[in-house]
Amino acid sequence: MRRTRAAAAGAVAVSLMTLVTACGGGSSTSGGSNDSPKTLTYWASNQGAGVEVDKKVLQPELDKFEKQTGIKVKVEVVPWSDLLNRILTATTSGQGPDVLNIGNTWSASLQATGALLPWNAKNFAAIGGKDRFVDSALGSTGAQGQDPAAVPLYSMSYALYYNKQIFADAGITKPPATWDELIADGKKIQAKGKSALGAEGANLSENIHHVFVFAQQHGGDFFTPDGKPDFTDDNVVAAVKQYVDLMAKDKVIPTGDAEYAQNQSVSDFAKGKQAMLLWQSASSNLKSQGMSEDKYGIAPVPVQSGTPGPGSQVNSAVMGINLAVFKNTDNIDGAKKFVKFMTGDAEQKILNTAYSSIPPVKSVQAESVFSSGTNEVLKDTLATSAAALPQVADESQFETAVGTAVKDLFADAAAGRPVTTDSVKAALEKAQQQMPAK
Amino acid sequence: MTTTAPAETAVDHNPSGAAHPGPRRRPGRIRRIGLPYLLLLPALLLELLVHLVPMVIGIVMSFKELTQFYIRDWGTAPWSGLDNYRVSVDFDAPVGEALLHSFLVTVAFTLLSVGLCWLVGTAAAVFLQDTFRGRGLLRALFLVPYALPVYAAVITWVFMFQHDNGLVNHVLHDQLHLTDKPSFWLIGDNSFWALLTVSVWKGWPFAFLIVMAGLQNIPGELYEAAALDGAGMWQQLRRITLPSLRSVNQVLLLVLFLWTFNDFNTPFVLFGKSAPEAADLISVHIYQASFVTWNFGTGSAMSVLLLLFLLVVTGVYLLLTSRGRKPADV
Repeated sequence: MRRTRAAAAGAVAVSLMTLVTACGGGSSTSGGSNDSPKTLTYWASNQGAGVEVDKKVLQPELDKFEKQTGIKVKVEVVPWSDLLNRILTATTSGQGPDVLNIGNTWSASLQATGALLPWNAKNFAAIGGKDRFVDSALGSTGAQGQDPAAVPLYSMSYALYYNKQIFADAGITKPPATWDELIADGKKIQAKGKSALGAEGANLSENIHHVFVFAQQHGGDFFTPDGKPDFTDDNVVAAVKQYVDLMAKDKVIPTGDAEYAQNQSVSDFAKGKQAMLLWQSASSNLKSQGMSEDKYGIAPVPVQSGTPGPGSQVNSAVMGINLAVFKNTDNIDGAKKFVKFMTGDAEQKILNTAYSSIPPVKSVQAESVFSSGTNEVLKDTLATSAAALPQVADESQFETAVGTAVKDLFADAAAGRPVTTDSVKAALEKAQQQMPAK
Repeated sequence: MTTTAPAETAVDHNPSGAAHPGPRRRPGRIRRIGLPYLLLLPALLLELLVHLVPMVIGIVMSFKELTQFYIRDWGTAPWSGLDNYRVSVDFDAPVGEALLHSFLVTVAFTLLSVGLCWLVGTAAAVFLQDTFRGRGLLRALFLVPYALPVYAAVITWVFMFQHDNGLVNHVLHDQLHLTDKPSFWLIGDNSFWALLTVSVWKGWPFAFLIVMAGLQNIPGELYEAAALDGAGMWQQLRRITLPSLRSVNQVLLLVLFLWTFNDFNTPFVLFGKSAPEAADLISVHIYQASFVTWNFGTGSAMSVLLLLFLLVVTGVYLLLTSRGRKPADV
């Protein structure tokens, strides 16, 4: 009996010791190693209509990679809502994947953690060189003056999606090129009983992407050149007000959209309830919701006047997904091979076609398939009139603080409370005070 | 004293009555005293690992300037002394002001939610005290909200609270015409009431369950005697039921208070990582400070402050409720 008790106590102690050891975190070798040359773990962001769709797209490519190199890639598709927290947890514990997708706007923030492999000249040489990638995509891979923290994988830009039938019914012959035209068209559409423009008022990231573009069009920036928040700059205030006024004053965005955060505005558009949508690479999403490509047109996001272009005619943020490698990977060579494979010409064509995005690799972008139909507008936007979101370490905090301010302003507009220059400035002032002090 | 006693005990317990040859064995009393502690050891060690170690780490973090720059190796983050605490309680500055606002919202929300949960749960339990046809079915139905997974239940509420297509507006506005226009429940000021509704819906079955268990222990003779003396239902409730439930209610209210004050799942599923100001509960607020704005040091300081507050409230509550209580007979 006594012996049994002693054995049980011993077993408990051993289990606990194992637990403690397991909690202690993994190796934190700074440059990565090749201890597990035959396997890789890959966290893919959820790009398709669902996690299963992504697995179907990716698995054949990963099998191809295994055949070529003998390296087995275990993929996990992580939903957007979980991805940033999962990366942070992996960063803290050292127990993460070898290769992972990151949102390109997070590049500088994640770079600051020091967990990602810097893409210096040597590493870029291993994947065919930096020159293979288009400049606008490289602009969203990390802070200026530092080696990029990631490599561009899929590029996207915003565009104006419009329902051809609703436009025809309202007597509109061409998509609006300026905001004034959009508001005028919106009134005609509303007169026919349809909703004019959709928005995701409670989605912080969507809010940020739009107010950033409006700020660019007003000649304003959310950060000073030395990286300090400057949210109350007059041009920024005017920009945010103009965006929220689409609901508060111009009333082309329905008040119900103030609480949208789960892509409901895309569904409204796909169902034909709403005439216009400002979205990035929506084609595969619309298709999965039963809207065929012939039902809608795609045009550049409106500008203040004239046509989209550089400077104050910027009409989209440079959107997209980057591929990063965790510094402490146990298969550094394999990870680089995998990045080379995923950014190779063949895979770029397959993957960007599947996700209706634009390849950030110059040679592939030039292919005709990416210069036709809906892709043409997205590609032109990226090439001529898209700007990278601020590449500062506090970008994630900026998205939350300003995104929440815009969300609250939309809530005011929806409740019928006035949205004035002062109330916008006060909301942005509060957002700025919430940013980490330097 | 300590050296002789075990030996004597050992001899006393020797059935043969003969002295042991060679060195004496100790066991007896020590073994008897030591065994419970030995059996408790795994639980204590697990408690240490699961609760105490993270708590100590959290306290250490609260004294550090822990941002994304140091998260990879948080031990290297510079010490910031009491800065994180100062920032958290500086109610004139934005961080402290927002924390105070969140704290007050949480207090109001908790008091209302706990009060309503208790009221509804007690009423339902008293109602189901008498036997009648269908009582079993009703009891089972009442427990449904408690049995449902939180995420599934709350996400269903999100659908119901939607402005354009939600059931709540459909009933209140379209059918009963109680509002001029459809209301927003997931943004703006009404979000507080939406949160409270879900919290009470989710929480009252627990109160019901506990009160119902408490009611089983009240002897039926008390009610019979009271009825003979002419006491009505209300008097029976006031003079017999509630006083008999006192100790059950003390525990129930404390548990409900702690759960509701710390509830993270309900507001997070209902509103996401950025709750409307009117429904900015402290648990989500601290989560936001730590994991959304990556200010882990400040978030840890806020957590420690919250822990201290809850310890004080629990302590005072236990002190007040145990006053005058006699130790239980063994």
